[in-house]
Amino acid sequence: MSSRDRILGRVRRALADVADDDTPYEQAVGRAYLREHGERTAGQTVDLLAENLADYRALVHRCADEELPELLARLLAERGSRTVLVPPGLPPHWLAAAAATRVPDRATSTARDLDRVDSVLTGCAVAVAETGTLVLDGSPDQGRRRITLVPDHHICVVRVPGQVVPSVPGALGRLDPERPLTWISGPSATSDIELDRVEGVHGPRTLEVVLVSGG
Amino acid sequence: MSGGTFVGMPAFPEAAREAVGDTTLRANLRHATRTIRDKRAKAVAELADWAELREAGKRVKDHTLRHLDHYLVRLEESVVRAGGTVHWAADAEEANRVVASLVKATGETEVVKVKSMATQEIGLNEALAAEGIRAYETDLAELIVQLGDDRPSHILVPAIHRNRGEIRDIFEREMGSWGRPAPEGLTDSPGELAEAARRHLREKFLRAKVGISGANFMVAETGTMVVVESEGNGRMCLTLPETLISVVGVEKVVPAWRDLEIFLQTLPRSSTAERMNPYTSMWTGTTDEDGPSAFHLVLLDNGRTDTLADEVGRQALRCIRCSACLNVCPVYERAGGHAYGSVYPGPIGAILSPQLRGTRSEIDASLPYASSLCGACYEVCPVAIDIPEVLVHLRERVVQGGAVTRHGNRVTLKPAKGHAAERAAMRAAGLAFARPGVLRLGQRLASRTRRLHPRTLPGPGRAWSAARELPKVPAEPFRDWWQRTRGGTTEGNGK
Ligand code: SF4
Repeated sequence: MSSRDRILGRVRRALADVADDDTPYEQAVGRAYLREHGERTAGQTVDLLAENLADYRALVHRCADEELPELLARLLAERGSRTVLVPPGLPPHWLAAAAATRVPDRATSTARDLDRVDSVLTGCAVAVAETGTLVLDGSPDQGRRRITLVPDHHICVVRVPGQVVPSVPGALGRLDPERPLTWISGPSATSDIELDRVEGVHGPRTLEVVLVSGG
Repeated sequence: MSGGTFVGMPAFPEAAREAVGDTTLRANLRHATRTIRDKRAKAVAELADWAELREAGKRVKDHTLRHLDHYLVRLEESVVRAGGTVHWAADAEEANRVVASLVKATGETEVVKVKSMATQEIGLNEALAAEGIRAYETDLAELIVQLGDDRPSHILVPAIHRNRGEIRDIFEREMGSWGRPAPEGLTDSPGELAEAARRHLREKFLRAKVGISGANFMVAETGTMVVVESEGNGRMCLTLPETLISVVGVEKVVPAWRDLEIFLQTLPRSSTAERMNPYTSMWTGTTDEDGPSAFHLVLLDNGRTDTLADEVGRQALRCIRCSACLNVCPVYERAGGHAYGSVYPGPIGAILSPQLRGTRSEIDASLPYASSLCGACYEVCPVAIDIPEVLVHLRERVVQGGAVTRHGNRVTLKPAKGHAAERAAMRAAGLAFARPGVLRLGQRLASRTRRLHPRTLPGPGRAWSAARELPKVPAEPFRDWWQRTRGGTTEGNGK
């Protein structure tokens, strides 16, 4: 007998007490919980996102669409970044004012190549206000998962209010499970040493979020 | 510790007595559990619908368990459709064999690992070592445990029994023989220690061809795997290697994509007391040019179907490993995780280990007694596992014997020897539990008379309480509090 059959057989014997007409999934679960917590206008939802991002030690900036290239150029310059990783579908005008050399994300580039880049700039799929979370789904303006992981500085641009949802249930409803998804809430952190929070053990130690409106 | 037992572990009371005598350990633990506990209460209070989320989480898990065969088959179809391969492992040995042969097929002799309790449970690292494969733990705490040739003591913060000075010494002494040595003049500041770990591990990530992980959730409908973490070491292991092997207990499956909306709200808040943990990775099979090109899922039984066969004990399989029950447990706070002799410490360990492994060994037979039955663990559990109920049920099992399922077969357990006192105690407890009203009355009485309670425990509890003051009985019995406040969400509303 294969292990598959053995395990499934054990499961079925173990569940001898469960009636054939057991309550179906839809009724069994019941979803009395809230879809979102509290009532907010779109603007208040964006404010909450900014607040929660900052609370988790992301650096938050806000600007209008036409100010974006200037702001991004300044953020890269302030950090002294000479190179910036760029996903294939990033809007070209975002980096129009920046002096940093663009490094395209290529399938052939190794993790070591990525480790030598100073910063990475991406868009985002959805942002969750109640938890201060950014979700990337590998779309062309976000690139492969590893580019937002290996470099030490990540700048993520969120279009507001369009890409912001209030809550976790709202985010799952917008995402495609077939894509590889990365949920990011603040920079990498550990509390493993006497519960002292230390930023950035493995992921980027600095996360900057730009909330851009009117785009 | 093959098979998940810490070989040579004394039974709980002895191990606990030793642990409570260790003042550093106790100070570290008290600080840790209290800090997390207080933060957690705040994070939970932010959600007005906590009671409803908890109920929904419980129901999703219960429904899945009641139809586990259906959802496992569905999961398998979805994973295969998405480009993954599914393997089934009836026990630890088979799981280890499957993983070792998958690693060997890649031609590699090194793997990087995401912290995973399932792989600790089966003793994977040791099994791989026997096959000439070196497994590197990449979670900072697991690294500390691995370099210190130590055992994890907490689900969430496995190295919580070590202070910064000890960690510095371990890094200085051991890093060199595992890879990049610790930098000269390393101090004990957490920032410097984390930086040393970052550099040490980065070398491994950048060259790793095989990653091994567990998963927090698997979605039957879509075949999606979910890993929740903080440091990013998980993302490194899940996305940089060419081959990814995930070893996951069969109970981690949930029916639908939508079910994640419950657990992604309750798990981080219960666990690290955050609104959301820094990183969550979700992947469905493989994706062209993004992440591993080969994905293997090893579905692990190893006692889970035996646990499923127990209608009372089954609820332990709802556990989402948040560790909240550890942080509120007065026994865990004093005894520490090692005393439980298992990768699953604390209240959940006390009910899970004896079910996964059976109660034949002395340590497993003693675990159901590693509790004061105060009910705090049930109160915080985000999937409402009635741990006290299962503890009492297992005590009865140990003391009186009875029918259980082992390795898929029904067997009859003989009453444990040397438990005469407990047998008598159980007859009384059995009486009370058979009549909920009597139990409630007993608890109320205990609350009202708490100033009169003895400072040491009789019977099997004496060993640990001898060195300790007993925890105070809560002012209000848990069951009453729950009825009054529905889990704290309506506290003060007078409902
Ligand atoms: S038993 Fe409940 S509280 Fe304890 S770790 Fe599991 S889910 Fe968390």
